Amino acid sequence: MEEVGTNNLIYVNKIIPVSTVDGPGARTAIFVQGCNLKCAYCHNPETINVCIHCGVCVKKCPVEALSILNKQVIWDEKKCVSCDTCINVCPHLSSPKVKLYSPETLLEDIEDNFPFIRGITISGGEATLYPEFITKLSSLVKNKGKTVLIDANGKIDFSLYPKMIENIDGVMLDIKAWDEEVYENLTENKRDIDICKNIKFLLEKNKLYELRLVCESEWVDVLNTLKSLKECIPDDYKNISLKLITYRNHSSKLRMKDTPTTSVEQMKFYEKYAKDLGYKNIIVR
Amino acid sequence: MINKEAVYSTLTSTGLTHEQKLMGLAKHAENSLDVLKISDKMQYYFDNGSINDLFEGGAPYRPRYIMPDYDKFIKNGSEFLQITPPKDFDELIFALMTIYRHVPSITNFPVYLGNLDYMIDPFIEDLSDEEVIKKLKLFFNYLDRTITDSFCHANIGPKETRAGYLILEAESQLQNAVPNFTIKYDKDITSNKFAKKAIETSLICSNPAICNHKANLKPYGDGYGISSCYNILPVAGGAYTLTRITLTKLAEIADSVDNFMDDLLPEVIELIGDYMSQRINFLVEKSGFFQSSFLVKEGLIYRDRFVGMFGVTGVAEAVNTLLKDKNLVYGTDKEADDLAIKILDRVEMLVNKLDAPYSEVNDGKFILHAQVGLDTDIGVTSGVRIPVGSEPENFLDHLRHSARYHKYFPSGVGDIFPIASHVDQNKDALLDVVKGAFEAGVHYMSFYSADTDLVRITGYLVKRSEMEKFRNDEVVLQNTTHLGTPNYEVNHLEERKVRMAD
Repeated sequence: MEEVGTNNLIYVNKIIPVSTVDGPGARTAIFVQGCNLKCAYCHNPETINVCIHCGVCVKKCPVEALSILNKQVIWDEKKCVSCDTCINVCPHLSSPKVKLYSPETLLEDIEDNFPFIRGITISGGEATLYPEFITKLSSLVKNKGKTVLIDANGKIDFSLYPKMIENIDGVMLDIKAWDEEVYENLTENKRDIDICKNIKFLLEKNKLYELRLVCESEWVDVLNTLKSLKECIPDDYKNISLKLITYRNHSSKLRMKDTPTTSVEQMKFYEKYAKDLGYKNIIVR
Repeated sequence: MINKEAVYSTLTSTGLTHEQKLMGLAKHAENSLDVLKISDKMQYYFDNGSINDLFEGGAPYRPRYIMPDYDKFIKNGSEFLQITPPKDFDELIFALMTIYRHVPSITNFPVYLGNLDYMIDPFIEDLSDEEVIKKLKLFFNYLDRTITDSFCHANIGPKETRAGYLILEAESQLQNAVPNFTIKYDKDITSNKFAKKAIETSLICSNPAICNHKANLKPYGDGYGISSCYNILPVAGGAYTLTRITLTKLAEIADSVDNFMDDLLPEVIELIGDYMSQRINFLVEKSGFFQSSFLVKEGLIYRDRFVGMFGVTGVAEAVNTLLKDKNLVYGTDKEADDLAIKILDRVEMLVNKLDAPYSEVNDGKFILHAQVGLDTDIGVTSGVRIPVGSEPENFLDHLRHSARYHKYFPSGVGDIFPIASHVDQNKDALLDVVKGAFEAGVHYMSFYSADTDLVRITGYLVKRSEMEKFRNDEVVLQNTTHLGTPNYEVNHLEERKVRMAD
């Protein structure tokens, strides 16, 4: 078995051939395995860690689609009935149902979708953990006339990866929270990155597709984030798209599993607040 | 012989409107005539269900589908109807309301209302949007409440017009089942804005369906229209008749794939050719229709622009039956899909060998049509569609599958997809998929939002709320509710796979 990171191979958790919710138009959405945060509201926590081959899931699989070979958990896609038992019993927020891809083999798998889509979106997990992979995949995909967007949590310094930024069409940047303590509580990680610098870099390169903020009042300092964020967006870019995402409780498994869905009224309040701050292009989802 | 029992039951029904009774009684009278020669062999296949004439009646006295040249009517008026060419929008609507009342068809209602946007656009220059929409809504409600049969179709596009937008706007405010609308779409002619307005409307009120303009130009050039349930027919003409081969039923009596391909298909196709020829001959030579109708006399239709439609249905179950020993399934297994291709190649070859009388517009041949079904069809899936429950997981695989089979049916074929309701937030996505589907070879597709009241049954629309009334034995206005309710239940249409949910 080859190692992730060498030969530009990564694990992919899932590919949705036509997604309508990952950017403009119809897009193939690719969810990579592995993340550098552990957000309390994560709706696909099985993408957070790469499998450590502990084997817990193997015994629980009701259709024997999982086995261990050379100390590696092997997933037999043909036998799998997608019951997700493996994901539910996994003690490491991971999944054995992943596939190893190179940029070239991934392109092969998604190319048939191209007549029906305008581009791809690389999501996760956290796409920016694999800048080299994205750089290569983007150039392959763009050669075929399709666009590439990435979902990013902003935990990396984008200016360190100019080639990746050059190759992609845009970043949908998730602003988790602003206050350091709130951020740390939400993501179980330090806010050790200058969000403003990151945003300005993307804006200057014309690669910031939209800013996103999941709105929930207990866990996210929504008002503070909106205000601080506004202050770091230069006037030339005041039309940048801001997507306010309603926190929804359907599939939370982590620490926010008992937090109720943010109400429509509360979202309206946030929208108005953002509007009053001077955001020009607000989308509520 | 007249079936007195059936006449009595129609006449005394409490589930039919007066008009529905009249039409039922006329059908009983027509069926008491024996003008068609049905051989024993033919009767055998009728009884077995392999041949089905879709209740066309025993003595054809009007073409099945009539597609008047409304542009000519608008330009010239009608001497017979004593209507002068309309000069403004009110006069236009009055003229159309009048002529529609006099266009017969198999349903006794007009099945084709014209390319409405192009017809209306020149008359609304001096009116505001609000004025036009108000008038359109009255007009559409009149059509919905008087054409009490959903097999009625209006077309728009492919070019965007102000009238096109206003028609879509009026339609989305009404949510009527009648008429059906189809937009002719060509990515090189239709603007994205107009296409997105059409998609938005279809997610609100299940109309319009979308037709691949480039692909459907082939049989008759620019002069085609869409009528009834996805019938692509020549304007200023139409279809004399439609008889179908129900492949499902034929497969049930086949000993083997070879017996099906080499013996049964040739025999039944020839019998259908004979049967349709008899119908066409009677209609043209004996019925008096083409000799007397004002539509013919005023040049709104021409006898030589009519065709005979050769219907095909139940491909899925036919293939599944023929391959049941191998447990292979149409829509899932490649071998099953490949057999379907072989069957359709054979059907196409055999149908093209037949001579169709009075069918100049299609070079003296019958034209293939993927027939969408009847309320009595149980376990027979429309045309070449994949049965509910066997649809591929991936929407794109489904569309690629459709594309493989649509090309056999120049006179109409289509697929229906319930779409996740949140797609109204990203109409570009659905348009991207439509563009890809048409590029791949899909000829026609229609959508409805997964949680709307108006659902597409086989091609026509029925309201869930009306079906509920019908189930409770209440009288309902549209006779298609009678057809749709059992179909919806038997074929588990509520279980159609909802697309673009991710």
